[in-house]
Amino acid sequence: MLSVREAWNASRRAPLLSALGVVTIAFSLFAFGLFALVAVNIRQALRSVEERVEVRAFIADGTAADAVATAMADIATFPEVAKVDYVSQEGALERARKDMGEFSDVFEEAMLPASMDIHLKPGLRDPGTVRNVADRVKSYQFVDDIRYGEEWVEKLYQLRTVAAGTGLGLGIAFAAVSIIIIGATIRVSVLARAREISIMRLVGATDGFIRAPFLIDGFVKGILGGLLALLLTWIAYRTIDLRFFKLVFFDPRFVVIGILCGALIGVLGSATSVWSHLRRI
Amino acid sequence: MIRLHDVAKEYTQSRVALSHVTLQVKRGEFVFLIGPSGSGKTTILKLLYMEEKPTHGDVWVSGVHANTARRKEISQLRRKLGIVFQDFRLLEDRNAEQNVAFALEVTGAPKSEIPDRVARVLTHVGLAAKASHLPRQLSGGEQQRVAIARALVNDPHFLIADEPTGNLDERATRGVFQLLREINAAGTSVIMATHDLEIVRKADDARTIELNHGRVVFDSADTPPPETRYTPLVGQPAIGGPNEGNWPAPPPESA
Repeated sequence: MLSVREAWNASRRAPLLSALGVVTIAFSLFAFGLFALVAVNIRQALRSVEERVEVRAFIADGTAADAVATAMADIATFPEVAKVDYVSQEGALERARKDMGEFSDVFEEAMLPASMDIHLKPGLRDPGTVRNVADRVKSYQFVDDIRYGEEWVEKLYQLRTVAAGTGLGLGIAFAAVSIIIIGATIRVSVLARAREISIMRLVGATDGFIRAPFLIDGFVKGILGGLLALLLTWIAYRTIDLRFFKLVFFDPRFVVIGILCGALIGVLGSATSVWSHLRRI
Repeated sequence: MIRLHDVAKEYTQSRVALSHVTLQVKRGEFVFLIGPSGSGKTTILKLLYMEEKPTHGDVWVSGVHANTARRKEISQLRRKLGIVFQDFRLLEDRNAEQNVAFALEVTGAPKSEIPDRVARVLTHVGLAAKASHLPRQLSGGEQQRVAIARALVNDPHFLIADEPTGNLDERATRGVFQLLREINAAGTSVIMATHDLEIVRKADDARTIELNHGRVVFDSADTPPPETRYTPLVGQPAIGGPNEGNWPAPPPESA
């Protein structure tokens, strides 16, 4: 309780320094938040493209309906497969017309083969798995041909790997820079109270007692900075979403984790600053 | 009990603050540490409240061995020591009462006891009427009394005072010194570093330890005194500062 009071009194005595601490934490986390917003939206875009990954097996003309039905039931039991759709010759024509839009009349007289459209489960759409499923489906005698856009799947997968790697690297760099800036800010508030700390030591305060108000201070500044950063990120998100293009925002769990990260950074920044200061006195 | 045995303190190879210091201080003693600036007075005090560790030798204070004490033990020890400085070291944004209470709060004293103990000790130092004054509203002598009250509030075994009258005028010096004598008379040992030989002369029952170039050159508790001793108590004029008067010349540099 005394530590809370000490932390409060210290903030009250130096309101400008406290505000500076909160704003620094907020801007550091805001930079991180903006980056995370971009990363989340790239991931979301890739995911929606990924959902279009499918294996299309064309069925030979005159294949008995029950042979196709048995094969489809069989394929549906593959662990990688989410669902299998049957597309009849008419259905294929209809789809082709829809896909071609204004050029739909080129399909006027065409006959397109019926197919089984095999959709894979999320996370199992990598080139290796797709190829493996395609090979197994190809073994059915009535399957004339099989298409899954091999090159396209591979490129998509590479892009996803690069995006994830870059995201992780940049994320770590942003987090590290935030921690360093926040640590420096808290260091200033520790130095501003150096005299008080030395007097505390002289009258017999333990290191734990001296540290406690700073940790509380760091925690509160971290939470406040996190909330402010959230607000700024939300404003940025709304502005882009309304004026430029549709975006997705973080889900609530991510928001809570973000604010807790702010608090953790505040506490860690305080702990290291006080620890290094105490070691020197 | 305070015990220093063959203590040396070297900050760098060329800067030796203390060498071969051996002394004991018993409970209830009043000890002056005298000597010119740089003679090692403050270093001895720092060793006693364990802000410094000896480079060589052993320092024991109230059963705590400075050489091996952990930070937590040092904190516990300082609660049994009162420390007073020339520059008072008060918290400028807290009044006299809060400055004294601070020493109790940090040591985890029961909250209900704090107001009574603070009031009692402020009365003892004659500042009950100025309890709500901030340090800047008090004179130097009064600020030093607050610092002494803060040092006393934990009922210390030893009061360590580093030039407590160094920043005070003559009248305030007399008052603060009288207060320290009373504290000592009540049973607390006082170890006081000072340049002010006038007050040393007045307290002829106190023990005087004189330092020069980091060595004890005179200790009034020793009998017979060393041949080379320097006795400021006998036939020497009072001096006002470290570079005035009659301190012996430094020994020649060894080749």
